[in-house]
Amino acid sequence: MTPRQAFWQGARDCAPFVLIIIPYSMLFGVVARDAGLNLLEAMAMSVLVIAGASQFTALALLQEHAPVFIALLAALAVNMRMALYSAALVPHVGHAPMGVRALMAYLMVDQVFAVAVKTYETTPQMTRSAKLALYFGCVSVAAPFWYAFTFLGAWLGKAVPASLSLDFAMPICFIALTAPLIRSLPHSAAALTAGVTALIFAGFPWSLGLIFAAICGMIVGAQTELILGRRNTGASA
Amino acid sequence: MIDRVDFWTLTALLAVGTFLIRFSFLGLLGGRELPGWVYLHLRYVGVAVFPALFMPLVVWPAANGGISDPIRLAAGFVALLAGLRFGVLSAIFAGMGSFYILRIITNGL
Repeated sequence: MTPRQAFWQGARDCAPFVLIIIPYSMLFGVVARDAGLNLLEAMAMSVLVIAGASQFTALALLQEHAPVFIALLAALAVNMRMALYSAALVPHVGHAPMGVRALMAYLMVDQVFAVAVKTYETTPQMTRSAKLALYFGCVSVAAPFWYAFTFLGAWLGKAVPASLSLDFAMPICFIALTAPLIRSLPHSAAALTAGVTALIFAGFPWSLGLIFAAICGMIVGAQTELILGRRNTGASA
Repeated sequence: MIDRVDFWTLTALLAVGTFLIRFSFLGLLGGRELPGWVYLHLRYVGVAVFPALFMPLVVWPAANGGISDPIRLAAGFVALLAGLRFGVLSAIFAGMGSFYILRIITNGL
């Protein structure tokens, strides 16, 4: 695969998410205006932070007059998952120059990570430059729409009827991201464990329940893989 | 009303903090190898984080006052099944589609 082909494959594979990014970023724009932010402030958050779930978290806590450092902790906790994305990307794109890696870090969002890593794992013969091109292909579809439709949402403001319940686009987005990743029993075990644990510990302050549930899911997935691997080795020996 | 100083302080700190989280391993570790058990667990980041994010949102939606909404539960389940069987786009259409259809049906009754 040439870098050019990889770029377009990334753009193509990320294209379906435009349907989710549009309502999600518009929703943020609308909610931000509703919370009393002006157009510049709504855009500043989307461009500087570029992480929807944490932007919603921060906004909700600001509205409740939570102390800044509590809102910051909660929003950063929501983003802690991206440290794991960062680590998962190292074997594939860790060779890139520092400046490129910094740019990749700024643009690292759920959809880009999900598509890129899935492609890296299912196409092990990809060259290093093709892997970088694929990443930026994914980004080229995600980031511009995120900015543009935050702007549109903030600009339209309160004109979007609440009866559309666009809030439901967020969980649907995460469900759509999960389903194609479930390729084996360990994946199912990890997903089920994380989902149920997140419900049990939803009351944990500062989104710590999310982090705890994700760690539980990862451990269960990894252990299931080890147990199944051991059983297979035993059967073949 | 959101305090202006609070807003800009939070946005600036959140931007820097989020960047540092994203840059952490990619920036500091670069091409260095991580131990095998780390990779074993990293294979499950996506399938663990996303369900942990969406389950509370589907089961206790804030838009419904944090009370379970049968329509959202059903639509979430439809989205998951469609995603497992057909992929991302189907999950999105099936999820939002069944959500609106079920709402129209129940509101009509």
